[in-house]
Amino acid sequence: MKHTLIAWMRDKPGVLNRVSGMLRRRNFNIDSLQVSHSETPGISRMTFVVDGNERMVDQVISQMRKVVDVTRVEDISSKPSVVRELALIRVQTNAETRSDIVQMVNIYRGEVVDVALESMVVQIVGSEDRVDSLIELLNNFGIIEMVRTGRVAVVRGMTERKHRRSTAVWRARANGYENMDEERLTTGGV
Amino acid sequence: MTEANLDGQQASAAEESIPMTGAQMVWEAFVREGVKTVFGHPGGAILPTYDALASYEAAGKIHHVLVRHEQGAAHMADGYARATGRVGVCICTSGPAATNLVTGLATALMDSVPVVAVTGQVPTNLLGTDAFQESDVVGVTQPVTKHNYLVTDVSELPMILKEAFYIAREGRPGPVLIDICKDVQNATGEFRYDMTVDLPGFEPWPTVDMSKIQQAADLINQAERPLILAGHGIKLAGVSRELLEMVERAEIPVVTTLLGAGDIPETHPLSLGMGGMHGEAYANRAVQGCDVLIAMGMRFDDRITGSLDRFAKQAKIIHFELDKAEVGKNVVPDLPVIGNLGETLPALLSLIEQRKHPDWLAELNVWREDSGQTDIINYEVDELIPPYVIRQLWHSTKDTERGPAIIVTDVGQHQMWESQYFVHEFSGQLLTSGGLGTMGYALPAAIGAQMAHPDRLVWAVVGDGGFQMTLQELAVLKQERDLPVKIAIINNGFLGMVRQWQQLFYERRYVGTPIVAPDFVKLADAYGIPALAVRKPEDVSGAFKQALETPGPFLIDFRVKEELNVYPMVASGAAVDQMIRRPKPAVVQGFSGVEPSW
Repeated sequence: MKHTLIAWMRDKPGVLNRVSGMLRRRNFNIDSLQVSHSETPGISRMTFVVDGNERMVDQVISQMRKVVDVTRVEDISSKPSVVRELALIRVQTNAETRSDIVQMVNIYRGEVVDVALESMVVQIVGSEDRVDSLIELLNNFGIIEMVRTGRVAVVRGMTERKHRRSTAVWRARANGYENMDEERLTTGGV
Repeated sequence: MTEANLDGQQASAAEESIPMTGAQMVWEAFVREGVKTVFGHPGGAILPTYDALASYEAAGKIHHVLVRHEQGAAHMADGYARATGRVGVCICTSGPAATNLVTGLATALMDSVPVVAVTGQVPTNLLGTDAFQESDVVGVTQPVTKHNYLVTDVSELPMILKEAFYIAREGRPGPVLIDICKDVQNATGEFRYDMTVDLPGFEPWPTVDMSKIQQAADLINQAERPLILAGHGIKLAGVSRELLEMVERAEIPVVTTLLGAGDIPETHPLSLGMGGMHGEAYANRAVQGCDVLIAMGMRFDDRITGSLDRFAKQAKIIHFELDKAEVGKNVVPDLPVIGNLGETLPALLSLIEQRKHPDWLAELNVWREDSGQTDIINYEVDELIPPYVIRQLWHSTKDTERGPAIIVTDVGQHQMWESQYFVHEFSGQLLTSGGLGTMGYALPAAIGAQMAHPDRLVWAVVGDGGFQMTLQELAVLKQERDLPVKIAIINNGFLGMVRQWQQLFYERRYVGTPIVAPDFVKLADAYGIPALAVRKPEDVSGAFKQALETPGPFLIDFRVKEELNVYPMVASGAAVDQMIRRPKPAVVQGFSGVEPSW
């Protein structure tokens, strides 16, 4: 299963290297990784997607917490959250295909952000699935160039604690942990 | 007390900052951290710091041990740290010197040893230009340190020095490296050392969940066949006394890891010695036969567990561990107890009931007798074999005036024989590279241990292969006014452990394992170190006696039987109770004067 994790870290030179180096040498399978500023000056925020079972994700989080510059790590996969990705796609066009493409982009609530005679640039923001499926469609017309960010995510503003507890209990049982401690339960089994 | 008074007091308590160079700051911080000995090698980029050392050496505050290779410096700091529990310090220059440290840092990281390494770096304006003797030290050492720093601003140096010692020491110990640009060493800044370390991402001591301890105590109190698997953590937390008390009260047998040797005295009837790949068969059978396995301060290394799929499946596993990342990494415990053993073990002890486990112990004793009969080594009386040498080493050291010896082993067959045939009496008696398995560790680490304890008897037990990796440090023994490290070379003309694997798993194709060695006696002589070679069993005890009676260093070259295997053995990937046993003896008899008590 794919897990979305968020890590906050001190914005020090080389911190990304520390984290990515650790992930590489521990042989963790990372699907995407995205770093940016957070709301706190001096703290960067990393969103990354790990493909693996519960135990492996637990390991990623524990190892991540050992990196001195990492101040906090959270697994938000089981929480209601807003997850987005952005892609910019340059697609081949001509007089015949242009309107078809625009129509598709509109259905996907994307935007055409640049038009030339033989190509246009499409911007799409959405879940990974939505981005994937638009890309698949546009592939039929010929994609010249493409760039996409990794997954970024924030947790929805609801009664988080209650939710954390219930999902963590479920995950703990599914994972064979009978006696989860309170700390693990309330931090979402992390 | 008025607020003004309070403020006044705080102001006077605060240390005044003193202007000094970056180079001086390094030594000043060392002094404040209680460092008395550093191991190092000078060079261009660290010259300003070496220059500043002069006054600290003259004042008798810091003693610098000049190594012959920077790997030696890291191992010496490691040996010093293991022998004292304090942070070991090494220092060297940029580029090749810093990359030479890597093996030593990796060794310390794997075995949780607190080390602070200081390296010089090219000046900040040359960083990244492939300047002479430049290497990306922070990049290179990142995977082999707990944390590391590149210092480009002298104003940050005091805090970094303080953080480095704090991180190295607190929680699960490990090595920290500080790479200081040469211009930073020359620059002047303000030094004070009373600041508080503020590292929001560093949680060295997790809060202990007391309910877990109660659950653990319940499990242990109800167990019919309990077993403790004790590791390095017992020594790091300094709780071997508490462990012994618990073991005796609840009558629980103890198996240790390699680094846990001596967690309880191995003379104790409840000690089963080491488990794992070359552990005793009865120790491994105990692991596979217990109903509650209490793992303490150990990380379920593959050398102790064998096949994970078949490791102690019958048992409820309780894992006492400081580092949460080790819990569930290899073995998922039924009950994790995360926290400092210094807190958790005393708390547990207060809940442990007096118990007797006569049936369990009787069963273990049957296994023990059984393995005593079938696992006995096939002695050929006319040959010198390592188990015999190790046994004699133990006899020669156990009753000396200087107290029990500190044994430092290298890596390979002799290391395993030492762990099997030497009887470790206290936690920390054996210093060895367990996790990384670093050949060449023994001699420099023994020097570090001896520098820490000048009056203790320190033996380096080393193979002929490993010894040739770091033998240049023999010169240090001489330079440090005949530092009395004693060296026993178990010389079989092979890279023995590799040869054993080639014999067992590669049809005796001895590729790259026969090794030519110099005449070690002549070599020692060239360094001015008294030495002798021993070829016959009857000369062993006399040689050890001579080594003890000779002041200063001494080297013995034991020319042992060439092709001898370490048994018992769990093949890689097998379950720990599927052991290749010791061959049945054709001749069951010891040498004269030695009790056959393996």
